[in-house]
Amino acid sequence: MSYEIVIGLEVHLQLNTKSKVFCGCSTDFGSAPNTQTCPVCLGFPGSLPVLNRQALELGARVAIALSCQIAKEIRFDRKNYFYPDLPKDYQISQFDQPLAQHGILNIVTGESEKKIRIRRVHLEEDTGKLFHQKDHSLIDFNRSGMPLLEIVSEPDMNSPEEAYLYLTALKSILEYIDVSDCNMEEGSLRCDANISIRKKGDSVLGTKTEIKNMNSFKGVKAALEYESKRQMDSLEGGKRIVQETRLYNAEKCVTEPMRSKEEAHDYRYFPEPDLVPFDFEESLLERIHKDIPELPEPKKNRFIKDYLLSNYDAAVIVSDKNTANYFEKCVGLYDNPKAVANWLMGDISAYIKENNVLIKDLNLKPEHLADMLKMIDSGVITGKIAKTLLIEVIKTGIDPRKLVKEKGLEQISDVSLLEATTSQVISENPKSAEDFKNGKENALMFLVGKVMQKTKGRADPSKVNGMLREKLKGAE
Amino acid sequence: MAINKDTVKYTANLARIELSDEELDHFTGQLDRILAYVDKLSTLNVADLKPTSHVLKMKNVYREDAVKHSLPASEVIQNAPLCENNLFKVPKIIDIEA
Amino acid sequence: MMELNTLTAHNLIELLKKGDISPLDICNNIINRIEKTEKSLAALAHFDKEKALERCGNLRKTAEKGGLWGIPIFIKDNICVKDELTTCSSKILKGFKPPYNATVIDKLTSLDAILMGKTNMDEFAFGSSTETSCYGPTRNPWDLERIPGGSSGGSAAAVAGDEAIFALGSDTGGSIRQPAGVCGVVGLKPTYGRVSRYGLIAFASSLDQIGPITKDVEDAAILLKAISGHDEMDSTSADMPVPDYLSGMKKSIKGLKIGVPKEYFIDGLDKEVKDSIKAAIEKLEKLGAVCEDMSLPHTEYAVSVYYLVATAEASSNLARFDGVQYGLRADNIKSMMDMYKKTRKEGFGDEAKRRIILGTFALSSGYYDAYYSKALKVRTLIRTDFDKAFQKFDAIVTPTSPTAAFKIGEKISDPLTMYLSDIFTISANLAGIPGISIPCGFTKNNLPIGLQILGKPFDEETILKVAYNYEQNTDWHKRKPKL
Repeated sequence: MSYEIVIGLEVHLQLNTKSKVFCGCSTDFGSAPNTQTCPVCLGFPGSLPVLNRQALELGARVAIALSCQIAKEIRFDRKNYFYPDLPKDYQISQFDQPLAQHGILNIVTGESEKKIRIRRVHLEEDTGKLFHQKDHSLIDFNRSGMPLLEIVSEPDMNSPEEAYLYLTALKSILEYIDVSDCNMEEGSLRCDANISIRKKGDSVLGTKTEIKNMNSFKGVKAALEYESKRQMDSLEGGKRIVQETRLYNAEKCVTEPMRSKEEAHDYRYFPEPDLVPFDFEESLLERIHKDIPELPEPKKNRFIKDYLLSNYDAAVIVSDKNTANYFEKCVGLYDNPKAVANWLMGDISAYIKENNVLIKDLNLKPEHLADMLKMIDSGVITGKIAKTLLIEVIKTGIDPRKLVKEKGLEQISDVSLLEATTSQVISENPKSAEDFKNGKENALMFLVGKVMQKTKGRADPSKVNGMLREKLKGAE
Repeated sequence: MAINKDTVKYTANLARIELSDEELDHFTGQLDRILAYVDKLSTLNVADLKPTSHVLKMKNVYREDAVKHSLPASEVIQNAPLCENNLFKVPKIIDIEA
Repeated sequence: MMELNTLTAHNLIELLKKGDISPLDICNNIINRIEKTEKSLAALAHFDKEKALERCGNLRKTAEKGGLWGIPIFIKDNICVKDELTTCSSKILKGFKPPYNATVIDKLTSLDAILMGKTNMDEFAFGSSTETSCYGPTRNPWDLERIPGGSSGGSAAAVAGDEAIFALGSDTGGSIRQPAGVCGVVGLKPTYGRVSRYGLIAFASSLDQIGPITKDVEDAAILLKAISGHDEMDSTSADMPVPDYLSGMKKSIKGLKIGVPKEYFIDGLDKEVKDSIKAAIEKLEKLGAVCEDMSLPHTEYAVSVYYLVATAEASSNLARFDGVQYGLRADNIKSMMDMYKKTRKEGFGDEAKRRIILGTFALSSGYYDAYYSKALKVRTLIRTDFDKAFQKFDAIVTPTSPTAAFKIGEKISDPLTMYLSDIFTISANLAGIPGISIPCGFTKNNLPIGLQILGKPFDEETILKVAYNYEQNTDWHKRKPKL
C-alpha cells in the first residue's frame, strides 16, 4: 500500500516591535514576573486595546515577502476560550478578514523546487506564560499582549523533510526582512503541525492529528517522522486515526496524546468591538514593498548567475543575510567568488559554529579576507599559514598584512634556504627517505611535514614536495 | 422550542458557569421565552444588508511603537486571590505544553 | 446654612466663586443628608465619609482652579477609580480596587471635582431597576416602594434625593435615561465615541457610554463638557472637538424641526405618560419648534436586536471574571475547571448568568448566523431609520419609558417584561446617537415622567438646546421628593 503524507504547518512569530501589540508595555525578554504589564495586557476590567502601528506594518512586510494578497479591509475578531494564561479569556485575533492570504514559499528539495502555498497571515496577541509546579501553576503575564504573527500554510508538504525545508526557508526570509528574532528555543518562533496520511492518488484528505510542543526545526522533523510512521502503522493494522492533538516528547522522540479529554473548541468568533477596521494606503504598501531587501531566493539565483556559484554553495551562503552581504562585499574587493565561498563555508563557518558568534561581529571583515586571499595568490603567504592567520585576525582584530609582518609569517621564497632545509630533513630522517625510495608515498608526506615544522609552516608544501622528490629520486 | 435544557447546560458549560438543576430548569424556561420573542427577527429579509458591528465610521486608529511605563508588580497583584513571588497562583492545569 | 446639597453644580460654582461658601460646607451638607436618607434610599454602593472629607481637604488652594473646583460628584460603581472599591455591584468583583483611573475620572480630578463615592447599580449594568445589585435594591426617592430605574439607579436616586449634586452613570440600552426619567432628573447618553470608555467596566462594548445624571440641563451640559473628548487609550473614541455646550443650549429652538415617531405611541404606553408627552410636544411648539409625526419603522425589532448583540458582547466581556487575577475565587476548588465554574456560579447573580448564557448561545457554532449575525444586520436597518429621519428632522422626541416607576419586585421575576421597559431607549444605543431624558410631568401618584430627546450623532448641542428651552419654560425640575 503506497501512502502519501500530507503536512500543513502553523508558525507563530513574535514580532520585534519595541512595545506590545495593544499597549505600551515593553517587549524586552527576561524581566522579573509581571513587571512588564498594564491594565490592557492584563485584561483588567475597563481596559481597552489600541493597535501598535508597527506591528501591523511588520505583518504587512512578512505578507508581501511571502507574495500574499493584503486584505482590502483588515479586521480583528475575538477568539473566546477559557485558559488561565489568557487574561480576558478571549484572545484578540483575526478570523474572516485577516491581514493577508494566498501567498507562496519556495522550498528547494535536492535539485528541484516546490511551491508551498501560504493560506493566511494574521496578527494576534500572545498569552501569558504558565509555570507548572507539583500541585499548582503560576502565571507571568509579561508575555501577554506581545505581537504574534500567525503564518498558516496549506497542507502542501509531503514529507517531514519538506516541512523542515519549509521552516528553514521561512526563517531565512524572516531574518532577511528583520521582523523577529526567529528563535525557536527562546520562543519567538513556534510551530504546530497538522499531519494526515492518505493512499497515493486519493484526493480526499485523511484524518489529521495536530502536533504541538516541538522546540526546534529538527524536533518538528523528528516528530513528523514518528507521527507519519505511527499513522501508517495504524492504517496498515486496520485501525482508524483519531482526530486529536498530540504533544511531542523530545526525550523519547515520540508523540503522545494529551492527558485530558479534549473538548472541541467553539471559539465563537465575532468582530472585536473595541478595535476599528484597518486598511493600507497603496503608497504605504508600495513603500513597504520597496523597503524589503533582496530576498534569499532571488539573491541565490543572482549569485549563481553572476558569480557562477553552484546551487548548493549559493543556497548555503544566502541562507544567512549577513553571510551573503559579507560574501558580496568580499567579492567586490577580490574577484574570485569560488575561493571566497570556500573560505566562508569552510574555515570561517567552522569558527563561527564552534565559538557561537555572529558573522557580523567577526573582527575578520570582508576586506581582511580579500587581502588574505590576495596574499595567498601573490605568494606572500601559504594557504596553510592563511588558516592560522585567519584565527589571529579574528582574535586580535589586527589587519592581516600587519600581522604577517609582525609575526614573520611570510612564505619562504629563498630557494637556497629551502634546499638546505629539505636536505637537512632528509639527513635527519634516513628511514623515511629510504621508505620513499622503496615506493612508500606516505613517507614523503611525513618528510614534507617535517620541513613544514622546521619552517613553521612558511614553506610552500608543493614546492617542498617537489624538492624532496628530486633530491631523493635524484639520489638514485 | 427555541432552546432546551441540554442546550442551556452545554452553553453554560461553554461559559464556565455551573448551574444547579433548579437553575437549569428555571433559566431554560426564561431563555426560551426570550428567544421566542427575539424570533421576530426571522421575519425580516436581511440577506443583502451589511452588519453593523461599529456605529462610528472610523478606521485606522493606531498608537506609535513607543514604550510606556508598566504597572509595578505590587499593583498588578494587589487584587490577586492567591499569588506567590509576584506570580498569580492557580490550581494545577493538566496537559503541559512547553 | 442653606441646604447646599439641594443646589445644582452651577449654583454652587457661583457661590464658591463669590466666596460665600467653601467646599467643606458642601461636603458636610452632603454627608449630613446621606446620614439622614441613605438608609431609606440605599443609593450608594461605597461611601466613606472620612475619605470624602480627606479628598475635600486635599483640594488645591492655588489661585488657578479647575472648572469643577470643590464640586462633589458620585460615580457609578462600574467606573474605575484607582485604589477604590469598584465592584459593578457584583459579588464576583468583591474587594476589587483597580490600580488605575478611568479616563473620565482623571478628567474630573484635573478639574478639581471631589470624588465622593460610588453609586449602586444593577449588577454589571444588567437591568432596568437596580434590583439585581448584590448590595440590594436602591429605592426611588419619590416612592420608596418603587424602583429608581436602572442600571444607574443609584446615581439617579442620589441626585433626585439630593444626596449628590450630580453623578456619572453609564448607558448601554437606556441605563442613564430611564432611571433619570423615573426619578425626575436629567440624564444624558452621549453619542457613542463622545466620551472615553477607558476604565468603564464593559457591558456591551459597541453600545456603552458614560454620561451625566444631573438636577438640570445646565449641569448636564457642564458635566458633559468635562468628560467629553478624544482619548488615545480608547480606539473607539472620536477625534472630534468638544463644543461649548453651555452657550449652544441657550439659543432659541424657533424653527427647529422635531420628529415624533408613531411607533413609540403604542398600546403598552401608559395613558398618563402619553398625555404628559403630548403636552410637552405642545409646549415645544409654543416655543417655536415645528413638531411633526414621522416613522422609525424598525423600532419594534430594537429590543430583539439589543438582547442578542448586547448579551453576546457581554458574554465575552464578562469571561475575564474567572477567579484568576482579581475578585472572588471560590473555596474548595479541586481543579482549574472547578475554579472557573464555581467562582462564576457563586459570583454572578441570576440576571448576569442569564445574559451570559444567552449571549454565549447567540455566538455559538450553529446559531451565530441566525442570531448574532442577523441581529447585526437588523441593527443596520435601525441605524438607517435614524439616518433617514435626521435628514429631515433636527431632533426626535419620545417618552423615555412606557410607564412611570413600577414597584420593587413587580417585574424582576419575568426578564422579558423587564426588557420591554427599555423599549424606547434601546434604539439610540444601537444607532449610536445621543439622547437626553428630562422631567416633563408627574402621574397622579406623584411619580415623575420623562421626555426623551434624541439627536444626530455628535449633535448634543441640539438636544441640550431643546431640553434647556423646555426646562426653563416649565417647573418640573424644581420639584423635589419628600424624603
